[in-house]
Amino acid sequence: MTAILEARGLSRQFGQVKALDGADFDIAAGEVVALIGDNGAGKSTLVKALSGNLAVDSGQILFEGSPVTIETPMQASAMGIETVYQDLALAPHLDPVQNMFLGREVMRPGLLGALGFMDNKSMRGEAQQAFDKLGATVRSLTAPVGAMSGGQRQAIAIARAVHWANKVVFLDEPTAALGVRQTKNVLDTIRRVSEQGVAVVFISHSMPHVMEVSDRVEVLRLGRRVATYRTQDTSMEQLVAAMTGAVGESTPADVAEARAEKEVSA
Amino acid sequence: MSAAVAVVPANENVVTRVVKMQAFQILLVLVAIWIVFALLAPAQFANTANMRLIAQNAAILAILGVGMTFVIITSGIDLSIGSVMVFSGVIGAKAMQWQGGDGWSTAAIGIGASILSGLAWGLLNGTLIAKAKIPPLIVTLGSLGMALGFAQIITKGVDIREVPTVMQDEIGYGNVFGQVPVLTVVALVFVVLGAIVLHYTRFGRFTYAIGSNEESARRVGVKVDRHLIKVYALSGLLAGVAGVLSLAQFNTTAIAGQTETNLNVIAAVVIGGTSLFGGIGTIFGTVVGLFIPAVLQNGFVIVGVQPFWQKVAVGAVLIAAVYVDQARRASAARGGRSQFSLLQRWGSSRSANAGQGEEG
Repeated sequence: MTAILEARGLSRQFGQVKALDGADFDIAAGEVVALIGDNGAGKSTLVKALSGNLAVDSGQILFEGSPVTIETPMQASAMGIETVYQDLALAPHLDPVQNMFLGREVMRPGLLGALGFMDNKSMRGEAQQAFDKLGATVRSLTAPVGAMSGGQRQAIAIARAVHWANKVVFLDEPTAALGVRQTKNVLDTIRRVSEQGVAVVFISHSMPHVMEVSDRVEVLRLGRRVATYRTQDTSMEQLVAAMTGAVGESTPADVAEARAEKEVSA
Repeated sequence: MSAAVAVVPANENVVTRVVKMQAFQILLVLVAIWIVFALLAPAQFANTANMRLIAQNAAILAILGVGMTFVIITSGIDLSIGSVMVFSGVIGAKAMQWQGGDGWSTAAIGIGASILSGLAWGLLNGTLIAKAKIPPLIVTLGSLGMALGFAQIITKGVDIREVPTVMQDEIGYGNVFGQVPVLTVVALVFVVLGAIVLHYTRFGRFTYAIGSNEESARRVGVKVDRHLIKVYALSGLLAGVAGVLSLAQFNTTAIAGQTETNLNVIAAVVIGGTSLFGGIGTIFGTVVGLFIPAVLQNGFVIVGVQPFWQKVAVGAVLIAAVYVDQARRASAARGGRSQFSLLQRWGSSRSANAGQGEEG
């Protein structure tokens, strides 16, 4: 199984702080990888670098096996990579459909389209399908998302990302602010997305969520990958130990081994 | 599992949404004011000639209001429109003086010169706001002073009173179908075009999106800077158009006559339900918001109340309108229903019922 997205030795320094210090990362199509690490371990920075939100000082990003540079989120979008930001990045006064298609509006055919008129009907239909496909709870397609609950907004942001991503989705702490039921919805959604062959990377501080939904866990510490585990072969204790540095770094051989095992099981 | 949760189809019908709009509630206020004056002075107030007069007097402000609505929806502000309007009028008048003559060809040059000078100020405002990242309040406060100053420098402070007769006769005092003032028709055209662009095109969608959450618009690839420049350019261009209409209506550049225009237009836009925080607003609301001061002014004169009361009344309506907006915002943030309008409560309970009906 080849990685759809791979990072080799990414480094990025902010002043004296090495946010990324030779970080590696890889994910295969349809795989769910949890990215964990203590605060300041470089999780968000890594996701930003991989989603076109941050330039790196050195290192290489490979997409479907070939080296790429991703300079803007739009470029990432064009490659089929979408990100759900922690703040969700929704426009609160727009409705779910308008948010889903913001910047990618479907225009009316012919002259009307050239004059800037949008095809609201087809956008609404497409959005409805996208929400249905994820089983997302959206109370109204015409109410502003700002009037909706946190869980609903989360669902809309995820549905938007999934609708446009056909390769990789990044989720930055998708369950951080949610109740039990909404969290379950998000975790179900992650599974459903990966079943469609899309790779899902999610950052989380919640070990139970990580254990529940991921195929593999990558542990970051001090800006580099210190361990990667197959979820079914690890335990919360082991993950926490790796995060805090209580166990030594796993060697590249361990990493290769873990991936080889995964291939066998797949 | 996936069947357990499904999208409830669009559950707010048009009537509910209209009733919930602040613009609609303000329209009721306007109608109430109108009825009061119509009862107090049926003969003088409620007749075609007087309605015509009100519509004519509101025309120029309506055109400015269209641009201002776009600007405020982006959560910006344009204080410079009155000065830009004067500057454009001066440039137009100068161009026509230089050309000489009283015909359409002269007028066309003046109209073109006015509109281009308005557009130029708008582009300058927009570029400074979007690219130099100077707050709109400061940029347009600066260009307010500069545009007026230049207008005075060019004219040496003396109004130009030579306007081609064709402009006065055909635009300023012209009528369509013998009844409707040309000024009103021109304003109506801009209002309708503005409303279509704002509510049905991608340009309008971006305008709301930027006012709602600029960062998220940027992340999905909306060219925010370029869009802001366009919005301020539109406001400047419309100020240029207003300058032309003012020349035609008053036959003078009226350099000192527009000091409160910006504030009057902003007040109308806000009364009409456009939020100063951005993301919310309609052109329809702005037009209604313009007619409240216009009708009050007219009505007070007719019923023999000192017209200065108009300023008091408009000030109070403005504060009340913003209070309602804030209260609604706070209520929305709490996730509750607004307690401030029976109509709105009626509207939202209806929509909630409709939603339950479709869910069940």
